[in-house]
Amino acid sequence: MNLFTIREKARAAWAAFALPGQPRILVGTATCGRAAGALEAKKSLKAALDAYGLAESVPVFEVGCNGLCYAEPLVEVTGHDGRRVLYRNVDARIAARLVESHLVQGEPFMKRALCVVEGNPLDGLPKWAELPMIRPQERIVTRNLGFIDPDELLHYVNRGGYTGLERAFALGPEGTIEEVTRSGLRGRGGAGFPTGLKWGFARKTPTEPKYVICNADEGDPGAFMDRSVLEGDPHAMLEGMLIAGYAIGASVGYIYIRSEYPLAVARLAQAIEDLRAYGLVGENILGSGFSLEIKIKKGAGAFVCGEETALMASIEGHRGMPRAKPPFPAVSGLFARPTNINNVETLAAVSAILEKGADWYTGFGTEKSRGTKTFSLAGQIQRTGLIEVPMGIPLRTIIEDIGGGVEKGKACKAVQTGGPSGGCIPGHLLDLPVDYENLAEAGSIMGSGGMVVMDEDTCMVKVARYFLSFTEAESCGKCTPCRMGTQHLLRLLDTILAGEAPPGTLEQLHGICETMKCSSLCGLGQTAPNPVLTTLRYFEDEYSHYLAGEVRRYRIEAEACEGCRACAIACPTGAITGDRKKPHLIDQEACILCGVCLQSCRYNAVSFVFEEKAAR
Amino acid sequence: MIEAPTANPTERIHDVCRRFGPDRENLIPALQEVQESEGFLSPEAVDVIAGYFSLSANNVYGVATFYAQFRYHPPGRHCLKICQGTACHVQGSGVLLDAAERSLGIRSGETTEDGDFGLEELACLGSCALAPAVVLDGVVHARQTPKKLNALLEKARS
Repeated sequence: MNLFTIREKARAAWAAFALPGQPRILVGTATCGRAAGALEAKKSLKAALDAYGLAESVPVFEVGCNGLCYAEPLVEVTGHDGRRVLYRNVDARIAARLVESHLVQGEPFMKRALCVVEGNPLDGLPKWAELPMIRPQERIVTRNLGFIDPDELLHYVNRGGYTGLERAFALGPEGTIEEVTRSGLRGRGGAGFPTGLKWGFARKTPTEPKYVICNADEGDPGAFMDRSVLEGDPHAMLEGMLIAGYAIGASVGYIYIRSEYPLAVARLAQAIEDLRAYGLVGENILGSGFSLEIKIKKGAGAFVCGEETALMASIEGHRGMPRAKPPFPAVSGLFARPTNINNVETLAAVSAILEKGADWYTGFGTEKSRGTKTFSLAGQIQRTGLIEVPMGIPLRTIIEDIGGGVEKGKACKAVQTGGPSGGCIPGHLLDLPVDYENLAEAGSIMGSGGMVVMDEDTCMVKVARYFLSFTEAESCGKCTPCRMGTQHLLRLLDTILAGEAPPGTLEQLHGICETMKCSSLCGLGQTAPNPVLTTLRYFEDEYSHYLAGEVRRYRIEAEACEGCRACAIACPTGAITGDRKKPHLIDQEACILCGVCLQSCRYNAVSFVFEEKAAR
Repeated sequence: MIEAPTANPTERIHDVCRRFGPDRENLIPALQEVQESEGFLSPEAVDVIAGYFSLSANNVYGVATFYAQFRYHPPGRHCLKICQGTACHVQGSGVLLDAAERSLGIRSGETTEDGDFGLEELACLGSCALAPAVVLDGVVHARQTPKKLNALLEKARS
């Protein structure tokens, strides 16, 4: 089948999906939507349509996540007037009222309406593009999320999909690499290596066969960009993978994806099957003479497999341990053959760059960091979700405008970027422009895009300990600096937190960190000290409390306490007592310092102080 | 086409292996499929797999134990996994784990004596925006509190 015929079919498929004047309901059913109850909501919506006799005339479609995860489950309703209204927190209970109001009476259900996606404006409702969370964003990688059925190849085609592949075929492999180089795209997996350059190396190595790998082993805790893209628009990545395979001359492609993402795996499997049906994967793709097979490999739960040489060892059926470079994968990679490996976001950007051109892409971002970057915004922030912003945007815009600031009106103490390899950027550096160079200068890294916001009550030493406990468990054990370094850092942090650290502990911490940075075999060990180093750099005073033999104690301020009992109910050890509407009290003997009272309090009445350990 | 299940576990494991070629590349997928069908990797299963791939049982354990996904004991009838990702961590997943351990009377990684519940920690589920999250029998539950979690367990029990 050629693209012309596919596009004809795509137009017909799109007309059935988005017929003007045709009412319909879209339900966001990515993993986060499902976790919030989207499938139950869908069931209730369908039942309600049935009850009003609308089951035939109002189709219900599943779409990916549009990124406003804080408001899940998200439902978009198109009424008879063609106006598309997005609703937030649509649980099974309000589904019937929503259908009755919007589709039977023709009145949008204002109580849960979030914005008008398209069509005539509504008083008191912003438009989609005017939402504070959306306005500063530029959606390139996430261009189709929430707007197409991810299981429909034809929807993707109708939104311009596979035009990039067509253009790559016209440019030829060298021309395609030139185009990607000119776009300034750098690897979005975290390291930021220029993508075009990487492809060039793999192309120049004469050995055959060659491989192209998509790294979808999104192991950083706190990151879910790749999951959202694969669940909401798998073809954006697959088209990029086909382009990369064509450019370097690969014949086999592997997608290495975490087994913790079953929905993304299912969506990819469906997408590859569809590609085969339309002749877009396999032998002689679109009559170009280029052939590529794409296989899915599920990870088995090892963080280190996000490192490229470890990932390839895992595909080969070995323990996922990294090896020294060079030789680089472009020369000797998977099965000792030339291999090009890119992450999901990079490949999803490639398909857009080839579709719209390098000049268009360079219009976004900064001189050295072109284009956009997706982030998963999570932690103690008002609006959590998946966002995509131009490079160089101030961190403050992300936290305050897009994210709506810290929860419960508290101050932002730190923003953690880059997962366990990254660092904590303190609240006073919020004006930092977000690009590769500036984040590195602040001691953190861009990383794959996890962004976890921490409020003023967070204990930064505990945060460092959390990340070290993660890297200590995930260190593969091959090289000594990482294996022993992570263990010792963790042990030292534990003695600090217990208020039992001997003098000289900070110097010891610094020393181990430096050794790990310069002598570990792979990125895991080289960057594992970053959480410790950045918290030492910006929050040394907190370490000082612990080093002086003090520990954190929780207190309830009697004046602020409303006696709502929320903390007492939440306290796992029953350490909080007090009558309703009377100030509560924490029994310090029974308190295990878990901090759940602080989290459960709605009146900011719980605070912590550092006290002599002996005072307990 | 769904094939009728074979009664003999060794036969079943053989059948799973035969879906793959005996190349080393297929070892991990085969281990995953066997665990999927059997619930865990028994010593017998490892022997069968090792034989199929012409490896020693040692080699197979060497690979399997490297990855967190593989289990060597029968799992509980219900499987509760608590996400310990960064976002879940700052939103109180540690408290959730404590609550689950207390409620079930087991530690993370263990199975209750009656075999009803297994409890595991999870690196990151990718549901960070709705933290803290847990997975009960494959279904993700968002924005959990110890109270909500106990209600979930109660419902699963009945």
